[in-house]
Amino acid sequence: MSPLNIKKGTSKHSAYDLRDPNAEVIERHTLAVIVDNEAGVLARVIGLFSARGYNIDSLTVAEVDHLGHRSRITVVTSGTPQVITQIKAQLERMVIVHDVHDLTVEGPSVQRELALFKVRGHGEHRIEALRLAEIFRANVVDSTLESFVFEMTGTPEKVDAFAELMRPLGLIEVARTGVAALSRGSA
Amino acid sequence: MEHKMTRQMTGARMVVEALKDQGVEVVFGYPGGAVLPIYDEIFQQNDIRHILVRHEQGAIHAAEGYARATGKPGVVLVTSGPGATNVVTGIVDALMDSIPIVVLSGQVPTFMIGSDAFQEGDTVGITRPCTKMNWLVKETDKLSETIHQAFHVATAGRPGPVLVDIPKDVQFATGTYCPKPKAKTDHYAPRVKGDIDAITALVELIEAAEKPVFYTGGGVINSGPAACQLMRELVEATGFPITSTLMGLGAYPASGKSWLGMLGMHGTYEANWAMHDCDLMINIGARFDDRITGRINAFSPNSKKAHIDIDPSSINKVIHTDVPIIGDVGHVLEDLLKIWKSRGRKVNREAVGKWWKQIDEWKAVDCLAYKPSNASPIRPQHAVARLEALTKGMDRYITTEVGQHQMWAAQYLGFEEPNRWMTSGGLGTMGYGLPASIGVQIAHPDALVINVAGEASWLMNMQEMGTAMQYRAPVKQFILNNERLGMVRQWQELLHGERYSSSWSESLPDFVKLAEAFGCKGIRCDSEADLDDAIREMLAYDGPVIFDCLVEKHENCFPMIPSGNAHNQMLLGEAETQGVIGASGAVLV
Repeated sequence: MSPLNIKKGTSKHSAYDLRDPNAEVIERHTLAVIVDNEAGVLARVIGLFSARGYNIDSLTVAEVDHLGHRSRITVVTSGTPQVITQIKAQLERMVIVHDVHDLTVEGPSVQRELALFKVRGHGEHRIEALRLAEIFRANVVDSTLESFVFEMTGTPEKVDAFAELMRPLGLIEVARTGVAALSRGSA
Repeated sequence: MEHKMTRQMTGARMVVEALKDQGVEVVFGYPGGAVLPIYDEIFQQNDIRHILVRHEQGAIHAAEGYARATGKPGVVLVTSGPGATNVVTGIVDALMDSIPIVVLSGQVPTFMIGSDAFQEGDTVGITRPCTKMNWLVKETDKLSETIHQAFHVATAGRPGPVLVDIPKDVQFATGTYCPKPKAKTDHYAPRVKGDIDAITALVELIEAAEKPVFYTGGGVINSGPAACQLMRELVEATGFPITSTLMGLGAYPASGKSWLGMLGMHGTYEANWAMHDCDLMINIGARFDDRITGRINAFSPNSKKAHIDIDPSSINKVIHTDVPIIGDVGHVLEDLLKIWKSRGRKVNREAVGKWWKQIDEWKAVDCLAYKPSNASPIRPQHAVARLEALTKGMDRYITTEVGQHQMWAAQYLGFEEPNRWMTSGGLGTMGYGLPASIGVQIAHPDALVINVAGEASWLMNMQEMGTAMQYRAPVKQFILNNERLGMVRQWQELLHGERYSSSWSESLPDFVKLAEAFGCKGIRCDSEADLDDAIREMLAYDGPVIFDCLVEKHENCFPMIPSGNAHNQMLLGEAETQGVIGASGAVLV
């Protein structure tokens, strides 16, 4: 055995191997996590993501079964295939988690989010904003002489596209709910 | 009669009843304002013994030692605020090493939560990421059922720590007691039976393997004595070599003919080479920790890997597994043996024989040899080897602190049975060993319990000698005193240009006088000529002993795989560190 030559700046100076073994392709997955609706449950799930360095791109949560006290957390996350598998395994072993559905791999799914846009403007800009809202099937839910609030439901891409169009027309504020998703079909 | 059907009692009383219902005999704890009602109930009964520690960290490490030496959950009782925060290190330790622990903590009354009350801390918030599950109980009616669920979660599946936070008004109020059999626990039921197709696939690999190795871990011991027995049967029947992680020592006897010694960063030459060169790796209840794998992309490059684990998240976490089997080790091994036997107990004897010849060559390197005798100071490896020789065959339990002495203990002590070795593996908690040794001794009052320690680690929880004295726990504190933080010093020598930043123990106490101050026995030994007699004196003394063993100050722990290196890149001794010493620019953790 030859003596080891440890180069400056490599991870060999560390007690840990700091090189990233997972420098692979990043995938985006939508997970539906069914949990007991009890105190701290959201903190538990979010804490798992932060503690293990997983990404949260979007997250929605609400109680969906009032009698059974079940909540549905829809989380959009991204990572390598190995990390996605880990996320699911880590979620599944939590005591408060009943089911984890990976809607991205379990077949086609519908994804929707609701967004509100406040657009301020006069004259042509105002008319153009209304016209575009109609094309995007956005509703006017509040109006003053110099502003509108539009409400829109759609995929995250559609919401992004609408926001992009509204920006030069006086978009000043956006509120988004994050994605809610269900699998298509009867299963 | 009706009174008995729905038993009404205070929350504090419920705690004690629930513990009795769970068969708890010992609680380790420390009282305080927010748990006074529970302590009042403990005072008024004789079924549960309370061990008063000197610091809450001592309570949880003692409970860990108790749990690992008995296979039963360890129970801890502490007050709110600082009482709870002081057990956090032990909770993380138990989580990392999969030790079943139930922590009961007092909390300020429900109506004061959130008001920054005296000794208020967000205990469930603080312990949420480091428990398997935790609960804040706000109604007395739910208290007993929650405690039963806590025991269930702590012990079911992969064991771990849980915490139940109990506000003081909930302890005072009256509610209905829920007996153990009525508690709802079925929502948490990890699967224990392995998939038969996967097990059959592993049997096929076993039949064909030419260079197999069993790589076993703490999961075998957690699965219980029956699992260890099946493990031994499988090893004997196949004739395959076996190595183990730090956590798994004792599942297979060190005197067994297939034993390769511990693997990993400070594992044996033969164990690490067998892992590197094998064509079939059978991981049973271990988790491919970074101290085991070394560099991931050079880890056992030519092997098929099977992995038996009760925790699905352990599978494919760091190392890709060809045959994953999710289940309890005992259940899986039972099925595996059944299937393997029914197919005619086949192994490739000729190839495995050749493999053993190769292994014997590695063994001949004699990697645990250390430098020849010098009378003084004492060589630390020699001290541990003599401790082994003089306690061989005794009813012996070993705990350790963390550092070089821990690795030497793992290398030079032989464990013949499971549950005889308690060490902080995953978290590496200095200060674990002394309180853990007390917990072990409480569980096994007549056994020989030795904490192999370093002086620096030992000082971290030395107040617990008071606990040992109070409960007449005759624990032996075998301190390898090199007046250094030995493992830190070793890394600084090898990787940080010999700049020994804050890694020596200055102003050490006189350990013999310290022992006398606690009222126990102190022994100092500074020469190998006196060592055997001094160890015999320690063993013969009926009470706690602090043994100050003055060892070589600059001894390094070998073999060693520097991290970021592969299993076949081991350093065997001082001569091979030449290229490493003097490396500069240490910038990372």
